[in-house]
Amino acid sequence: MAATLPAEQTLPRAKDDGSPPKRRLNAPWGDTLFSFLAHAAAWLTLAILAGIIGSLIYGASPAIKEFGLGFLWHSEWDPVQDHYGGLAMIYGTVATSFIALLIAVPVSFGIALFLTEMSPAWLKRPLGVAIELLAAVPSIVYGMWGLMVFGPILATWVQAPLQSAFGNVPVLGTLFSGPPVGMGILCAGIILAIMIIPFIAAVMRDVFEVTPPMLKESAYGLGATTWEVVYKVVLPFTKTGVVGGIMLGLGRALGETMAVTFVIGNQSQLSQLSLFQAANSITSVLANEFAEAGDGLHRAALMYLALVLFVITFIVLSFAKVLLMRLKRGEGART
Amino acid sequence: MIFNLRLVSAAAALCLSAFAAHAADSVTGAGASFPAPIYSKWAEAYNKATGNQINYQSVGSGAGIKQIKEKTVDFGASDMPLKDEDLTAAGLVQFPTVIGGVVPVIHVEGVKPGQLKLTGSVLADIYLGKITKWNDAAITSLNPGVKLPDAVITPVHRADGSGTSFIFTNYLSKVNADWKAKIGEGTAVNWPSNGIAGKGNEGVAQSVTRAPNTIGYVEYAYAKQSKMDYVSLKNAAGNFVQPDDLTFQAAAAGADWNKSFYQVLTEQAGKDAWPISGATFILMHTTQDKPAQATAALKFFDWAYANGDKAANELDYVALPDGLKALIHTKWAGIKDASGKTVAAK
Repeated sequence: MAATLPAEQTLPRAKDDGSPPKRRLNAPWGDTLFSFLAHAAAWLTLAILAGIIGSLIYGASPAIKEFGLGFLWHSEWDPVQDHYGGLAMIYGTVATSFIALLIAVPVSFGIALFLTEMSPAWLKRPLGVAIELLAAVPSIVYGMWGLMVFGPILATWVQAPLQSAFGNVPVLGTLFSGPPVGMGILCAGIILAIMIIPFIAAVMRDVFEVTPPMLKESAYGLGATTWEVVYKVVLPFTKTGVVGGIMLGLGRALGETMAVTFVIGNQSQLSQLSLFQAANSITSVLANEFAEAGDGLHRAALMYLALVLFVITFIVLSFAKVLLMRLKRGEGART
Repeated sequence: MIFNLRLVSAAAALCLSAFAAHAADSVTGAGASFPAPIYSKWAEAYNKATGNQINYQSVGSGAGIKQIKEKTVDFGASDMPLKDEDLTAAGLVQFPTVIGGVVPVIHVEGVKPGQLKLTGSVLADIYLGKITKWNDAAITSLNPGVKLPDAVITPVHRADGSGTSFIFTNYLSKVNADWKAKIGEGTAVNWPSNGIAGKGNEGVAQSVTRAPNTIGYVEYAYAKQSKMDYVSLKNAAGNFVQPDDLTFQAAAAGADWNKSFYQVLTEQAGKDAWPISGATFILMHTTQDKPAQATAALKFFDWAYANGDKAANELDYVALPDGLKALIHTKWAGIKDASGKTVAAK
């Protein structure tokens, strides 16, 4: 003990007036190096982003020259005649993601609500872990399960009864038409919903948990019901995080490839807008056709589709940012 | 994900071929997925017999053609033969290795394998959506005595670009003028919108076995191994034939290989010929920058033609007839190094 005392005494101490000790400058280049590395990492991200956009535009340029913006609203996809339009795939991507959000948002909200407000304490942890584990399941597993188990169930127990009940009703009949195999927009949407629920639910639960207990307790103290507490206290407090979680899920749904390829039916068509009609998403057509597409327009058209997906994702994210900014501004005005 | 795999395998091919420049006896090829099982089996047996290494990457015919054109591999492989003028333009030579067949498979309650008879034209009309029900007169008139349900037919096709689709659509174009005018042939085509699609042979097989009243097409080996209900087809000679080794061989025998190696073995004239047969091809450059690599590759194929028939049959491929093998050997004389010397070992 006594032996260590002198060493301790040589350490710089705060001066009596409280000002910090003089900085040790053993390695004057250390800070510079670290600052350089940190800057480089940040710039590298931007450079990679620019590189991706650049190579996509370069790869797609023959198709952009040939079809121009008309690519976005023509649905014909004919590799034999070398004529391409991306509308069918854009529709497939947007429709499946929309169905996924339609299902996933309420369910995730329910899960987060249950976990933070209603669950008995002993169930909280196992349930939370189970949801996080679901997020770790590889997407191809969901795809295989959708193809082999869920698709046939959907065909037998949902599609067939719906078709026999509404087959001759004008609008509903077309909505439910299609080959009775279970593959299609609806199946892909449901599988996507299952895949993004863990993400959205986990984020929602985390942000719900950071709501200050004092606020909630005050509301309960005033006689609010659980629903009123969540709707009027927790949600307004956490809306930024909730929107962020939903956008995270949407981003995943837009870009998901393998699971969608398995269950969407892979048919590039727009002539029948049935929920059960096989369709194609941008990612599934890329996964399917890229390897066999020779040089020339086919490959360029696929690159063009990839660029379109990039732009869609970009638009969705910017929209989310704008929405969040609006929400924040609203908060400032009210208080 | 697929994206990444392709990139990785392309990168791997690059590394391997760079590496191969130093180790003369390691040969790299890439391409079609249909013959990949037999190529790897041959490569394994060849390695055991001679100690030489053959690496084959199953990346798809399109990617195989691209890689051999860019010279990142020593040989490319494609299920779709290149036309002679394209070969000359790219400075390539092609030769077949094994023969296979494409088989229409169905899932109809109460119909036994091989029991249902179809003609090519009816098959095309089903895929075109002109024949929509199994009890359509066009089908029942070919199948007196077979009880066919009053159910909508769902055609299943390949979602991914594939040599199998090429052979199948090539056949439909030959036998149905309407198909030729509206759809045409290719590894990927603009399929009519009445059906669904599966990824790979297994995807099509999966959809057909799961969903009732479907019809699809898969490689013969796949149909046989997963015991699917195949269809017997009317060939060019007017006979109804079942898909098997003999009918594929009959199709190969009927082709005029002397004229050109651009042979798609669909709708061949032989009386036993299965109408949707096809060979799979190897592509090599006629002028070799790395003659030692080319010699090693040709040695491998020479060994495979001499010793590989049994392995091919075990995997449900059909070996080439002997006459054709001899013809391929003469064709190899055209593969030369920069100074104009033939690279094939004598």
